[in-house]
Amino acid sequence: MNPFSYTRSGTLENAVTEIARDRRAKFIAGGTNLIDLMKENVTRPSRLIDINHLSLNKIEETDNGGLRIGALVTNSDVAYHPQITRRYPLLASAILAGASHQLRNMATTGGNLLQRTRCSYFYDITTACNKREPGTGCSAINGFNRMHAILGASEECIATHPSDMCVALMVLDAVVQVTSNRGARAIPFAEFHRLPGDAPQIDTNLQPDEIITSVDLPGEGFAGNHSYLKVRDRASYAFALVSVAAALTLEGGVIKEARIALGGVAHKPWRNAEAEALLKGKPAGQDNFRKAAEALLSGARGFGHNNFKIELAKRAIPRALKQAAAGTPQSQTIKKVL
Amino acid sequence: MTTNYMGKATSRVDGRAKVTGAAKYAAEYNVPNLAYGYIVTSAIARGRITKIDASEALAVEGVLQVFTHENRHKIAEDDQSYEDEAASPGSPFRPLYDNQIKFSGQPVALVVAEEFEIARYAASLVHIEYKVESHETDLSKVRANGYEPKIKRMEGFEPVKPRGNAEKAFQRAVHQHDAEYDLPIEHHNPMELFASTAVWEGNGKITIYDKNQGAQNCQRYIANIFGFPMDDVRVISPFVGGAFGSGLRPQYQIFLAALAARELKCSVRVSLTRQQMFGLGYRPNTLQRVAIGAAKDGALEAFMHDALANTSRYEDYQEMVVNWAGSLYQCDNMKFSYNIAQLDLCTPMDMRAPGGAPGMYAIECAMDELAYKVGCDPLELRLKNYSEKDQNEGKPFSSKELRACYRQAAEKFGWANRKPQPGSMRDGSELIGWGMATGIWEAMQQPASARAVLTSDGKLEVSSATADIGTGTYTIMTQIAAETLGLPLQDVTFKLGDSTLPQSPIEGGSWTAATNGSAVKKVCDAVGAKLFAMAQKMEASPFANLKFEDVAFSEGQMRLKNDSDRGVAIGEIMRHGGATTLAEEATSSPDEAKQEPYARYTHSAIFVEVKVDEELRTIRVTRIVIAVAGGRILNPKTARSQVLGAAVGAIGMALEEESVVDQNLGRIMTHNLADYHVPVNADVYDIDVIFVEEHDTIVNPLGVKGLGEIGIVGTAAAIANAVFHATGKRVRDMPITVDKLF
Repeated sequence: MNPFSYTRSGTLENAVTEIARDRRAKFIAGGTNLIDLMKENVTRPSRLIDINHLSLNKIEETDNGGLRIGALVTNSDVAYHPQITRRYPLLASAILAGASHQLRNMATTGGNLLQRTRCSYFYDITTACNKREPGTGCSAINGFNRMHAILGASEECIATHPSDMCVALMVLDAVVQVTSNRGARAIPFAEFHRLPGDAPQIDTNLQPDEIITSVDLPGEGFAGNHSYLKVRDRASYAFALVSVAAALTLEGGVIKEARIALGGVAHKPWRNAEAEALLKGKPAGQDNFRKAAEALLSGARGFGHNNFKIELAKRAIPRALKQAAAGTPQSQTIKKVL
Repeated sequence: MTTNYMGKATSRVDGRAKVTGAAKYAAEYNVPNLAYGYIVTSAIARGRITKIDASEALAVEGVLQVFTHENRHKIAEDDQSYEDEAASPGSPFRPLYDNQIKFSGQPVALVVAEEFEIARYAASLVHIEYKVESHETDLSKVRANGYEPKIKRMEGFEPVKPRGNAEKAFQRAVHQHDAEYDLPIEHHNPMELFASTAVWEGNGKITIYDKNQGAQNCQRYIANIFGFPMDDVRVISPFVGGAFGSGLRPQYQIFLAALAARELKCSVRVSLTRQQMFGLGYRPNTLQRVAIGAAKDGALEAFMHDALANTSRYEDYQEMVVNWAGSLYQCDNMKFSYNIAQLDLCTPMDMRAPGGAPGMYAIECAMDELAYKVGCDPLELRLKNYSEKDQNEGKPFSSKELRACYRQAAEKFGWANRKPQPGSMRDGSELIGWGMATGIWEAMQQPASARAVLTSDGKLEVSSATADIGTGTYTIMTQIAAETLGLPLQDVTFKLGDSTLPQSPIEGGSWTAATNGSAVKKVCDAVGAKLFAMAQKMEASPFANLKFEDVAFSEGQMRLKNDSDRGVAIGEIMRHGGATTLAEEATSSPDEAKQEPYARYTHSAIFVEVKVDEELRTIRVTRIVIAVAGGRILNPKTARSQVLGAAVGAIGMALEEESVVDQNLGRIMTHNLADYHVPVNADVYDIDVIFVEEHDTIVNPLGVKGLGEIGIVGTAAAIANAVFHATGKRVRDMPITVDKLF
């Protein structure tokens, strides 16, 4: 870990001014990922700008009938908020599928979006990694890639985004509100994270001088028919091999709307409009669910150790859709798969 | 009040100190002007350092020194000086010795600074250039290089001689099973990181607070290497936050802390990071072939067990992987081999039930496979081939209540309701699998000494230089001493983890209860005998015409065995004898004449239920019933914890743990607790531990067998066998992760 200076911002204006002034500075909120990255010398900020005192820690109703989650609301506070558990139980479930109580108590909404891949090579500075040091190569592609991407990867990088919460936000069509000295803008969730392409060092479309102020949820929360199903190597405190966020609107057993996002398979939460369209107007049954799964996995490619993820995803997607259709979402405390 | 403690469930005497934080660990001892070391490790697996540039690190304010092979002072260089009690034959690793890189993660520099943060930062500024040489870290690629270690680590580690003609009998057998089982590298991963706080005492003496499983082992290591007189080195290790064998050898941080303290003439602390813990020893990768031939009814006719394990380039690490079947099962034709092959990794180390856990995993999976071939119940197969004597040594067992283990555990589990066909039992979307296995571990005893000091206020302090790595040693030794001299538990203190205490071997092999317990019993008896001599001289002594055997101690008194109402308080005896203190030291050694004619083992039977999601193949270990025949159980509470912990370790072994080596880099990549999975609470359901009655008057004076390892032996096999019963899929390479069940 390198020496760094520390400042505390009391206002949003101050925070965006400070970050614009120093390209090597980083915001710190919960620090659950940033401190790890600093200890491993993966990230070496010259300065930490503490934003914990900004007033971005509320959950409020929006004019269009949705909810605005302040960027500093902790993952725990989101997961247990009465409005979230009642109207957006899929989001609560996804959050509780991730990390541990202790981490969720510290981790913030904005920080969750900005957490970096858990690729072992990215974290080990003795190895080549294009995400950490562009141009050095990807150790994972011919190395130990069991946890890595099967969709949307490039020859430069096969890392995955590790978040569970973001998979639910993807399904819910959340909107990320950001601001900078140059003004505020809204980024649709599907456009927030990016695929690695030839610039894997860039995880998101957030500009270096921008700060996330909130994540806005639209009115529709799919509280009736949803499920977050996470498959992992142990029952808790492990990153997803494959996770599925499924949400349905049903009318007499027929699917009016279907949304499916996958975690653990790509550089960003993975959604596929064609797969979802396949289900529209169809009966909520296994055959249709399987077809949607096939469509979601179209173009999937394994790199050796992670080949199994393709088949695993093809099994997990119909299962999550079945849970959603039955109104029996996967429990995150009882570990039996429903 | 009763002072009979042995066999009673007793809470840990050190429990309060541990949960309140009063118990201090190696990295928690603070002294004035303490400097902090941070270790730099190698990025390559094999080659040599061509340049090491510490100038940038040295320029950082607060940095005191950067130690490397280039600037360290002269210290011992011969292999012997670096050897320790748990060393294997070869040339032990010598930190900062020369420019050679023998494994990825090897320590190559130590940065010492006034603050930990400064040292850590400066460590990132040490620039090292390497001449890289090609490495090999894949055991499956070097099968042909396997060799039988020329020098044996210790007696009993070599394969026993073949009996009968196993090859021929196998070829002729009605039922044949022949398969290979692959167990990956596993790391101990105790919660507490290895750390040493070396206190420079100012007069050439050094005191080191260290994490280890043998303070005297580390004391000798440091004294030998640095040329200290033995008395000038004191190693203190009263609390150890888990070890599982990783502390059996001095680890390199104690060397580095001592080196820096000696050269800088100041106190230095060196702690490892979690990542660096993966540069320490590990359970080696083993490839085991088990070939069994059986008659139509399942009677064993041939048993062959061939193991290949990895070692480093510099030491021939050895453990007893094979031979177990010869003790456990009746078979006239048996053949065993054990070879090792060198890889560019550091030397493996003993990890909980070394040899036994991997060997019995393969044996008990193979027996399960044979049961399906024979078409008999896996438990029936074990009972059919039950050994009444150890054929390896041709000796009867000192005790063996394995039949009772099978019976009691099977009953509790409900094994009789098992449907044999794989995949035939289910609970909704989950397939139910029931599997079983046997466990076996040696009941060992070593020589050890203990001291007892009794004061006339009735307080007793007993000590021996062993370790308590969370096993409950403090508690059981206190129980033995208190009961022997009839004192209340709270008046007895046991001390360990200090090289100045009476001689003790390293704490391992499940031998501590037998080894140090026997010494504690003996020294307390010696104190008792002194008290008796004093008591006889008392006026109108009720003991005047008696022998020591005629008295017993209880409730603070010496009493007549046949008339327990007649007794005299211990304090009174001492006052009459004019003694304020009675001090004794005693050494207990195994009674070889008594022990030698017998084979001495702990046994267990393990029954496991798993539930496997039919579609996703996720596994839950929903029930484990494990019955242990471990001789006398001194403390059912800590004993149960030992077995529970080991069973959880077996869940890890069967389903989760793997130190994955990137073969391109020759580097372990799962080098943190996010990538290296151990079971979490959510993975652990019901574990039922049964202690079967077993009386053993041969194994040692206390009749105890030790329980530290037995819980993991065979348990991973029982889990794997249950997974097969659920799914019909036999996975022979651990861990059984979802991808292997597709």
